[in-house]
Amino acid sequence: MEASRVPPIPPLIANTVRSDLKTLLGESHLRPALLADAIDGVVPETIVEPCSASDLASALKISSEAGLSAIPRGSGSKIGWGNRPTAANLVLSTGRLNQVLEHAWGDMTATVEAGCVFSDLQHTLARHGQRLALDPLWPGRATIGGILATNDSGAMRARFGSLRDLVIGITLALPDGTLAKSGGKVVKNVAGYDLPKLATGSLGTLGVITQAIFRLHPVPTHARSVTIGAKDSGAVQAAVLAILDSQLVPSAIQIRASSSSTPLVDVLFEGTAAGCDAQLQQLARVVSPCVENGSDGSSWVAREPLFEESPNTAVCKISLLPSDFGRLLNRLARLAGASESFWALILQSVGVGLLRLEAASVDGLRAAVLDLRSYAESSGGALVILKCPSELKSGTDVWGSAGDALPLMRSVKAQFDPSGVLNPGRFVGSI
Amino acid sequence: METQVLDEFREVVGKGLITDKSQLHTYECDGLTNFRVLPQAVLLPTSTEQVQALVRICSQRKIPFVARGSGTGLSGGALPHENGVVISLARMNRILEVDLVNARVVVEPGVINAEITQRVSPHGYFYAPDPSSLSVCSIGGNVAENAGGAHCLKYGFTTTHVLGLEVVLPDGSLVHVGGKALDRPGYDLPGIFVGSEGTLGITTRIALRIVKQPETIRTLLAAFNSSNEAGAAVSEIIAAGMLPAAIEMMDNLAIQASEAAVHAGYPNCGALLLVELDGPLAEVECLTDRVDKICTQCGAWEVRVAQSESERMMVWKGRKAAFAAMGRISPNYIVQDGVIPRTALPQVLAQIEQMSAAEGLRVANVFHAGDGNLHPLVLYDRRIAGQEERAFELSINILRLCIKHGGSITGEHGVGEEKKMMMSEMFAEPDLDTMQRVRCAFDPEHLSNPGKVFPRTRLCAEKTGPYQPHPLELSGAAQFF
Repeated sequence: MEASRVPPIPPLIANTVRSDLKTLLGESHLRPALLADAIDGVVPETIVEPCSASDLASALKISSEAGLSAIPRGSGSKIGWGNRPTAANLVLSTGRLNQVLEHAWGDMTATVEAGCVFSDLQHTLARHGQRLALDPLWPGRATIGGILATNDSGAMRARFGSLRDLVIGITLALPDGTLAKSGGKVVKNVAGYDLPKLATGSLGTLGVITQAIFRLHPVPTHARSVTIGAKDSGAVQAAVLAILDSQLVPSAIQIRASSSSTPLVDVLFEGTAAGCDAQLQQLARVVSPCVENGSDGSSWVAREPLFEESPNTAVCKISLLPSDFGRLLNRLARLAGASESFWALILQSVGVGLLRLEAASVDGLRAAVLDLRSYAESSGGALVILKCPSELKSGTDVWGSAGDALPLMRSVKAQFDPSGVLNPGRFVGSI
Repeated sequence: METQVLDEFREVVGKGLITDKSQLHTYECDGLTNFRVLPQAVLLPTSTEQVQALVRICSQRKIPFVARGSGTGLSGGALPHENGVVISLARMNRILEVDLVNARVVVEPGVINAEITQRVSPHGYFYAPDPSSLSVCSIGGNVAENAGGAHCLKYGFTTTHVLGLEVVLPDGSLVHVGGKALDRPGYDLPGIFVGSEGTLGITTRIALRIVKQPETIRTLLAAFNSSNEAGAAVSEIIAAGMLPAAIEMMDNLAIQASEAAVHAGYPNCGALLLVELDGPLAEVECLTDRVDKICTQCGAWEVRVAQSESERMMVWKGRKAAFAAMGRISPNYIVQDGVIPRTALPQVLAQIEQMSAAEGLRVANVFHAGDGNLHPLVLYDRRIAGQEERAFELSINILRLCIKHGGSITGEHGVGEEKKMMMSEMFAEPDLDTMQRVRCAFDPEHLSNPGKVFPRTRLCAEKTGPYQPHPLELSGAAQFF
C-alpha cells in the first residue's frame, strides 16, 4: 500500500532559499517551526507567513523551484485531516491574509481573504443583516481557506447547499508563482471553467487559496429549533424521510445517535414568525412527538465534541443516501454489540455525517472503520477518516476509493502542481 | 473524410451515420444561427459503448468531435468543426432511474429537460433548472452549458443539481465522477465538467437531484413607468431579506413583442416586474404582501397576483417566449447574456439606452433581475447593409459594459464560439492559462470541441507557468489575434 511507504528524507532548506524568502517577505515573516506545528507527527522546518497574496505566490514559487514541499495552513484547526504528508519543508500560513475585502451587501456577495476566521466574516456580514449560510466546525477558529480546502459544511446544507454552491470566485496561488482568478463577483456566471469548485475540497493540493468570493443570504428574522425523539433506527429513518418528502422547508435537519442513547432528529426552521409557526404545526402532523428545544442552539454544535481526544478513537466523515440511514444505524449497533466499542453519529439529512468510533484496541478500530467503509462504498457512498491514532493512519489510506476517476485526478494534479510540492501524499490515492 | 474512417464509424453506429450533405445542414449550427460550419459527418450513437467506440476512433485518428444535444445553445457551443464529426446524443434519451426516496433521477444526456419534471411531478417533485427552452433542450446540453433559468435565483443552476456523471474522456476511456451520494473523495470533477461546454469529454449518464414542489406558489406582476423604478423595487425586495424563487424584468419593447406573440395580458408599461415567491403557505402569504407594498412604494401603478395556475402559466409563457417573440417586431435580433452586480442595474440600463440611441438600433431588455443576468436583444435588419455587423458590435459593447461593472460576459448561455475573444477582456492571461490546465488534464490532444471557450489554445506540452510567447511569435512570423 502506498500510504505505508517510508517517507523520503526531505531536502533541507538551503540558506540561499531561506535568504530569498527573507528578502521577499521580511525577517519577521519567517520563523523556525515548533513541535506544535507538526502535521500528523511530521515537523516542518519553517513557517512562512506572507502579508499579501502576491507574496504568498512568490514564496511558493521560490520554495517550489528549490524542490521544497509546502503545507498550506489557515488556523490549523483541521491540519491533521488527510494522509500523513510524505514531506513538509514549509508551512505556508494564510494567517496574515485575514481581511474581509468587500461586503457588497446590495449584491449579496462578499470578497474575503483566505486567512479570515469564519466568525469574523459572519460578524462583518451581520452588520447588514446578511450571512454566509454555512455552519462549519469550530467557526471561532476555522479560516475561510481551510473550510474551503476541506469542504467542511454542516446541517444547513439541507437548504443552502454546501461550499460548492456558495463560493462564486476564487484566487489560487500555484507552485509556479501564478496567481489565478476564476469565477467572479456575480452569482450567475458561466465564463470559463468553474475552478472555485475544483479548489473546494482539494485539500490544498492544487494551489493555495488566497481569496474567495461568496454569495450571501439574509439573516432570518426568526428561527425555531425542535427535536424529535425516535425509538429506534427504523423510526429515525422514517422521520427524516417523511420530512424530506413533505413540503416543509427546514434550514437544517440532523440525526444524533450513539451506542448509549436513543436517536434524535433535530430540525431548524428559519423565516418569518408566521412561517416558522406554521411549519412547526405542520411538522407535528408529519412526525411526532416534537419537542421545541429552545434557542440555545446547542444541538447544532454537537459535532465538535465528537473530536475530543481519547485512546483508540477515530472520527470519520461518512456519506450515503438517505434511504440507507436505517441500515447504517443497524450496522453500527451490531458492531458495538460485537466488539464493545462506542460510537456516536451526527448525520445531516443530505446524507453526510460525522461518526466517532471508540474501540478497545487500534486493531479493533481499524477493523470497524474498514467494515463501515466497505459498507458505505458498496452502497455508493464513502467513508473518510478525519482523525485517528497515528498507528491506524500509518497503515491505512484515510480516503478510501476514488473509483475509476483516480488517474484523471492525478492528471489534474500534474497540471497544477507538476513537481508534487503541495501537501504531498495527503490526498486521495496519495496525490 | 476517408471512406475507411466512415466505415469504422458505420461499424459502430450502423445507420446512425449521416454524411449526406443536405442532411448535414441540419447540424451546421445551433441556436446561434449566424455561425455555420458543415461537419464531415454526424454520428448518432445509442449507448455509452458506442460513444466510447466513436471517441476512440476520433482519438486514434486525431479527428475533432463536437457533442450535440438538441442544438438549442445560444453561443455556438455545438458549432461543428470543419474537419470533424458531430456526435449527437439525441438517441440516448432514456430516463434510467427514478429514486423518489432519495430525490434522485439518473438520465441519459438526450433526455429533454421538461421530461424529467413530467415524470416526477405526479409524485410531488420537479427538476429545478428551467432554461426557457426547457421543452426542447437536452440535459446533456444543459450540463455542457451549466444552463440556468428564471428560477435559479433560488434553486441554483444545473451544476447545483448534477451529482454524478459518467463521462467518456477524449481518449475514449470511461470515468465515473461524483455519484448519487454526496462528497465522494477526490476532486470535484462533476463541478469542473458541468459548464465546460463540451471541451472535456462527453457525458453519457447523469445523476440529478430533484426537488420537492413547494406548498404554495404566488406570482406577482408589477407595472412601473421605468426600469429605474422597477430596479429600485428589486433592490428593496432583496434588502428586505427575501429570496424569491424568481425576479424577472421586461422593458416596454419586450412587453410589446411578447404580447404580440403570446397575449399574456401584460400591462403596457415602461418596465414589468414578475416576482414569484414559493414555499410554505404562511411564509409566502406574508412575503407576497411585503413585495406588493414594496412595489407600490417604488412606483408600481398596478400590482397583480396570478389568481390561478393557468393564469400563472400564462404569465410565464409570455416571459419565456420573449426571445422568439422579437421576430414580431424585428426581422433579426441578437440575444446577449451579460451579468452585472444587481446594484449596477440602473446605471447599466441607462448606458445601454444611450448606446442604443447612438447606434440607431433598438435594444429590448428581458432579464433575470434578481441575479443581474441581462438579456439585451439587439434588433436589426439583415437586409440593410452593415446593420448586422453594427448590431453584433453593439451587443459586444454591452458585454464590455458588464465587465466594466465587475460582471460577466455570460450568465447561462456559455462562451462557445461567439464570446471566446471576450474571455481575454474578462480574465487575465494567467487566469485563462490556469483554466486550460484542466483542459490539458482531460483532453491533451484538444479533440473535444476544439477552439471553443478560450481565445487561444494552450499547448499541453507547454511548460506550466506564466504565458511564454511562441518562438514564431517572437520572430515575428506569427501573431495572435
